[in-house]
Amino acid sequence: MIAKTQSILLSGAVLGAFAIGGVTLVAVTHGAVDSRIADNQRQAMLDQLNTILPAERITNDPLQDSLQVSASDLLGADSTPVYRARQDAAPVALVLESVVPDGYAGPIKLLVAVLHDGTLGGVRVVSHHETPGLGDKIEVAKSDWVLDFTGKSLTNPPLEKWAVKRDGGEFDQFTGATITPRSIVNAVRDTLLYVQQQGEALYQPSPTAATTSGTGAG
Amino acid sequence: MSGTLTYARIVREGVWSNNQSLVALLGLCPLLATTTSATNGLGMGLATLVVIVCSNGTVSLIRQLVRPEIRIPVFVLVIASFVTLVELTMQAFFFDLYQVLGLFISLIVVNCMIIGRAEAFASKQRLDRALVDGLAVGLGATLVLTALGALREFVGQGTLFYQADLLLGDWARVLSLSLGTEFQGALIAILPPGAFIGLGLLIALKNLFDQRAKKGRAAAQAAARTADLTAA
Repeated sequence: MIAKTQSILLSGAVLGAFAIGGVTLVAVTHGAVDSRIADNQRQAMLDQLNTILPAERITNDPLQDSLQVSASDLLGADSTPVYRARQDAAPVALVLESVVPDGYAGPIKLLVAVLHDGTLGGVRVVSHHETPGLGDKIEVAKSDWVLDFTGKSLTNPPLEKWAVKRDGGEFDQFTGATITPRSIVNAVRDTLLYVQQQGEALYQPSPTAATTSGTGAG
Repeated sequence: MSGTLTYARIVREGVWSNNQSLVALLGLCPLLATTTSATNGLGMGLATLVVIVCSNGTVSLIRQLVRPEIRIPVFVLVIASFVTLVELTMQAFFFDLYQVLGLFISLIVVNCMIIGRAEAFASKQRLDRALVDGLAVGLGATLVLTALGALREFVGQGTLFYQADLLLGDWARVLSLSLGTEFQGALIAILPPGAFIGLGLLIALKNLFDQRAKKGRAAAQAAARTADLTAA
């Protein structure tokens, strides 16, 4: 009986020692590379922002100057980060992390840059689960489709033309996939509507901005 | 297990005759899920290789220490720790590739190939043999992952090693091959069914090679016997 208890305790101790050893190893590595990983994520986000923003006019750090807004009917998520780009004090553009709630295979995450004059600086797909070879032409690596948004606004084309061609609108769909482009066109239009509704409020340094700024993409 | 366990034999078994992906059919989940391109396959293969070498080495070192009744949880702990290390390292130094492979790296934890080698080989062998076995098995898996990735990418998308520079640095752009944007691939190759079909083809190809080799050996032996007879 005593031998059995001893054996159980010994096994437990060995197992515990391995658990502690493993966790220590992971914790030490995590501590060593943590800031590097945060930098990478930040840099990746900045690189993406710079493709859809007029980088030469921006003097602030949009990732630091961020805001959380809540408008699930237009922006697709309960909480949407908004990054504000400025030239000194003058507003230049907003980047919203909109979510397309009705993609063909689940939600699609977008980055939508809206310039201060209401035109689109550009749209990029951040993540999606669309069918490879069909719906994934929304990625800029696979096709130029998403670049068509650049320079568009709520008046160009007029609001009723914000639809894919099959629905009588302005925007191309691609062969074999209508649902994906349709849902993205709608989401981009809704994002523009939201920015128009909010007007200058989104550029205000609000108290919530003070608490959320600095979290960035870290 | 007869005969002596030479390095050459360990390597031959790991890479070819007992290839864990094509013969033992272990670790199919990452094999089927990540091989949508040759670069993805290669990246996943190399990550698996690192984990299996580390885990084989560690398991061999601790084989006297670990009592049989707790060996499996200990193996899982060892493997999970190494996978997390690989994942963190990749996030820190190969961030672009990490964005492509992302989720699948953590899946290496449940790759039965790794725990299989720990249980069946490393826990009973000296450190050097365990390391060689890890290298050989990892290499075998990497070859299959890359081959399946290349096959699916080429048939489905008309490219080879597209975006290889994410993994190997800028020089790897020379590896990239493309049939041009006109090429309309067979989409099914990229979709999940293509993974199963491609794997089936690879297994068939390997069996074909083995049969040819066997026939060749038999023919050579027969020829040698006739030569002996005529000489006598």
